Amino acid sequence: MKTRNDTYLKDLPEGFLHRRDFLRLMGASIALAGLSGCGLRQPVEQIVPYVSGPEDRTEGAPLFYATATTHGGYALGTLVESHEFRPTKVEGNPLHPASLGASDIFSQASVLTLYDPDRSNNVLYQGQIDTYENFLIDLRRKRGNQQTKNGSGLRILTENITSPTLASQIEGLLKDFPAAGWHQYEPVNRDNERDGSMLAFGEAVETIYRFDQADVILLLDADPFADGPGRVRYARDFSKKRRVRKGIDSGMNRLYAVESSPTVTGSMADHRLAVRSADIEGLAGRLLLELTGNSSLPTSAPETKISEFIGLVGRDLIRNRGSSLVIAGRSQPASVHAIAHSLNALLGNVGNTVIYTEPVLANTVNNVESLRSLVADINAGKVEMLAIVGGNPAYDAPSDFFFSESLSNVAWTSHLSLYEDETSARCSWHIPLAHELESWGDARCFDGTASIIQPLIAPLYDGRSPHEFLAAFTENYVATGYEIVRGYWKTQNQDANSNNARDTNSKTDRSSKLPDSRANSAKAADGFEEGWQASLRNGLVANTAFQTKTVSVKADLWGQYLPPPAADPGSIEINFRPDPSIYDGRYSNNAWLQELPKPLTKLTWDNAVLMSPNLALQLGVNQEVGSTGGSHGTSIVEIVELKFDGKTVRAPVFAVRGHADESVTIHLGYGRTNAGEAGSGPGFNAYALRSSGAMWSASGLEITKTGETFSLACTQAHHSMEGRELVRHASLKEYKRDPTFAKREADDPAKQISLYPGWTYEGHAWAMSIDTSICNGCSACVVACQAENNIPVVGKEEVLRAREMHWIRVDTYFEDNAENSRTLHQPVPCQHCENAPCEIVCPVGATTHSAEGLNEMTYNRCVGTRYCSNNCPYKVRRFNFFGYADLETPVAQLQRNPQVTTRSRGVMEKCTYCVQRIQYAKINAETEGRELLDGEIVTACQQACPTEAIVFGDKNDKSSRVAKLKAEPTDYGLLADLNTRPRTTYLATIKNPNEDAQKE
Amino acid sequence: MGNEHRFFGPSANEIMRLCIIFAFLALVGGCWALIEIFGSSYITRQHIVQPQPMPFSHKHHVGEEGIDCRYCHTSVERSASAGMPETQTCINCHSQIYTTDPVLEPVRASFISGNPIQWTRVHNLPGYVYFDHSIHLSKGVGCATCHGRVDQMNLTEQAAPLTMEWCLKCHRDPELQIRPRDEVFNMEYKQPKDQPRLGADLVTSYHVKDRQALTNCSTCHR
Repeated sequence: MKTRNDTYLKDLPEGFLHRRDFLRLMGASIALAGLSGCGLRQPVEQIVPYVSGPEDRTEGAPLFYATATTHGGYALGTLVESHEFRPTKVEGNPLHPASLGASDIFSQASVLTLYDPDRSNNVLYQGQIDTYENFLIDLRRKRGNQQTKNGSGLRILTENITSPTLASQIEGLLKDFPAAGWHQYEPVNRDNERDGSMLAFGEAVETIYRFDQADVILLLDADPFADGPGRVRYARDFSKKRRVRKGIDSGMNRLYAVESSPTVTGSMADHRLAVRSADIEGLAGRLLLELTGNSSLPTSAPETKISEFIGLVGRDLIRNRGSSLVIAGRSQPASVHAIAHSLNALLGNVGNTVIYTEPVLANTVNNVESLRSLVADINAGKVEMLAIVGGNPAYDAPSDFFFSESLSNVAWTSHLSLYEDETSARCSWHIPLAHELESWGDARCFDGTASIIQPLIAPLYDGRSPHEFLAAFTENYVATGYEIVRGYWKTQNQDANSNNARDTNSKTDRSSKLPDSRANSAKAADGFEEGWQASLRNGLVANTAFQTKTVSVKADLWGQYLPPPAADPGSIEINFRPDPSIYDGRYSNNAWLQELPKPLTKLTWDNAVLMSPNLALQLGVNQEVGSTGGSHGTSIVEIVELKFDGKTVRAPVFAVRGHADESVTIHLGYGRTNAGEAGSGPGFNAYALRSSGAMWSASGLEITKTGETFSLACTQAHHSMEGRELVRHASLKEYKRDPTFAKREADDPAKQISLYPGWTYEGHAWAMSIDTSICNGCSACVVACQAENNIPVVGKEEVLRAREMHWIRVDTYFEDNAENSRTLHQPVPCQHCENAPCEIVCPVGATTHSAEGLNEMTYNRCVGTRYCSNNCPYKVRRFNFFGYADLETPVAQLQRNPQVTTRSRGVMEKCTYCVQRIQYAKINAETEGRELLDGEIVTACQQACPTEAIVFGDKNDKSSRVAKLKAEPTDYGLLADLNTRPRTTYLATIKNPNEDAQKE
Repeated sequence: MGNEHRFFGPSANEIMRLCIIFAFLALVGGCWALIEIFGSSYITRQHIVQPQPMPFSHKHHVGEEGIDCRYCHTSVERSASAGMPETQTCINCHSQIYTTDPVLEPVRASFISGNPIQWTRVHNLPGYVYFDHSIHLSKGVGCATCHGRVDQMNLTEQAAPLTMEWCLKCHRDPELQIRPRDEVFNMEYKQPKDQPRLGADLVTSYHVKDRQALTNCSTCHR
């Protein structure tokens, strides 16, 4: 992915530019500017109409298709916008239980991966370009050999899969080759969930949480809103009991979080305790014993902080029997998961806030053990053929498995993947994988609901879907993905199909394209065709959610149990966590995710050793932030050497507030070597330290200073509001005492005078309201905005200079007061001031005020003086210092939203309130001869937001949602005392701390 | 001291005055020339016939045969784009008539081979202008208002300059241009004598936005 595109500066050495060189360049640029002025005429363009076009197409109007994207195997239902059959934007599917119309950073960014020019586009044999036909020929030969010995030399390695079709294909394959083996491995797996459920119930079950039913929630190192299958839905459900509105007293929930490393979910907590990962089991165990009334509770030197917390949580949980909820995170050992299950059972939560179903994963094996047995088989010489379906085990397998070395002991290996990655390089065959937006498939979401994944475009790089790849191992080796997936669902029981037919008419405007109109006419008598069409149109197969399952915790589970003692305070703990943006490394080459400021740390393009400021001080590592112009994005940090388990890695240190002391966190996914232009290089490889015995955390880390420094690109290095009231916040008690606590006299426009005459807004008055109480900082809005508005990435160098281009940013502040520390998130788009400081300083009238109160930016007028940006108190304007937008790579053009101008060098840009969507909706309403409805215009950030924290609408329409929110007593404007009269206003953050805590 | 040491002769003042006048004239002339050049049909391509793969005549199809605009430009009422006819649309009639006419060879070739016909765009707005056909039609802007008497064009040409100044003329005073909705596709429509009054009525009944809203930058630029 190109990050910088300037033609004559890129060859220059970094650093100081000599005066003469500068003048020479200036001369050249003036000459070039003169030349470019000659292109006065519009270039001659061609119009290329269809010969015979598809039926349900309106030229120039987008179509929406219901499909799904997967992450860690689990589906998120999506609606994908398609312009002239190019998918350009992913939105959540309102009908889908995991999405409810919202989405997350991974699904938003998937459309960039689709068009990534670094994706593999060749079949490779021994590193040389080959053909798929030759692969099939070679495979047939090898397969023949295996048939004679029941497939005893054949192994299949997949990631975690929920696809019913893929599972049935593998089952079929194992029937043909009974001695073959199916292994599963994913580095960020759910082994602990599985083992915990085996421990508690004796069988693997899926645990589903009902946050909308829960009043008191305890998280044990869990991050359910950013990590795990139900993240989008859970964030929505949680926010339902988090909104404080005038005159509505429905009771606010309370969140307790115990965690080692700060997380998105933990940042929402009313009470947050940072302890080492290893100490969480002790805490949970003591809580369990306290609640069971077991008097043998060991009280050997309890840390007062932890004891206090246990008392506080314990009392609150008991008070809220049946509406409380305890969740253990994937990084906690099986015993903590079992404790959580027991606690939920004890508190009567099962059936209310927690339900159990059959596992959603097609095969619930322990990933690490599964890979271990595969490696053992390989080393024992039992494996002759290995098919690796997705994943990148040569990079991300536990380091003590030496998986990539083992691979060379297998005679025939084939790897299906999006990129020619570390694993492809070690396999005899590499087959390009088709992206989910270009192939047929299916997947289940967190509650079991199945979705059909339908392609929006033919494979760009001649990729194959996993279904087609696995079919190559069977007799029917030329089956297409469509035949396989449709075939599977056809064999599914017929009652389900006939039920589907009922909701065929539920969606009309966003109808999906019929994959094969002839198939439609040949209607099967059993109603399969209608059900299939309904599934495609709705984005889910009706009635496929799993039934609630009754399980009970084993009776004798905690008889002899003693919570482990606190870990040795002298030893430093290391924690491995998936990266918040590039996850386990699979999104390494996605430049949107690389450049997304990671929630809480705001780091881009790198991972770091995260530790508490205390530990950093103790180690004597410094951290400086660039303070001069052009260096505000630079954090100069020290490089340390991490020694763990006999292995060493050098990495930069970054101090974060809220991290447990004596503990560090490193994020997986960086230090790639074969990822592509954006992904190869940045960061250090945390997998080098990770072993099967220490998948998530372990103690015994040694940290040595090296004395070297490193520049991290960080978009927000200062997290204190310094006494200014940028995010106004209070406890629920304080709010009840004074609901107008966020109002300030200085903010009142009536009391402010202006030299300029005021505007009158007779028609619409577009405005936005952002509820900071329910914003959890997940940053889905940032990526959604980037996708919608053709926002370029700029690369690490430019972020270091504070030149990132995001039109909306999420500012995070940490406020400490006497009782508690609070994490506050504040999304900041353009505030669309009625008294806009930017408008009055533009010398060319490129930024103007519209009759509807929009602060318009007209790119073709902008000459790049940057006066507007200098005069903006919110710093939301972004300048194209270079030609950041890639206008050269042909495939990169396909992703662009045709409704938005792609900006070129020397042009200012900023949030437009998605003016293209405003115009689209207005024109639709007017051509239909009706009034615009409230909620008809949805901005990209609003649409993506899992918690519905962002609401957009017409302020002049008093019945609109936004007007009602602005009438709330907690409504306030950011820096409104400057008399900017912002159209974007905020609802103050309200936390719900336990009042007992304040007494103690 | 003698005159021979003077640097400036007696005529220097005159020369200077002439220079000033000349410089002033050059400035004014230059500005005038620039305005003329930018408004010229060289730049705007107004009335310039573009080379096309075949000599398609709107005069024949619209003027003589009376085919409605929407038979070919199907999405004009529903979308930003008016829509260009598929080869299939041509073949609908030309599989019956003029089936062997050599002029129509590119159409038949396209239909048989599946390769589309590549027309040259006649009305070419810059990429930063977001024009929408559907809203103009629903507000009573006739096809001929912008595209001219297409029914009289043997070869299609751009009738209007399509400059921003030209667009704004109507966006500032829509009542001078708009017509009843049922006359939108009428190529022969003549403005009535009391157009300003009729226009003002139509502006009210079609809910055409006021001048301020119609001339917002974001109305056309995003």
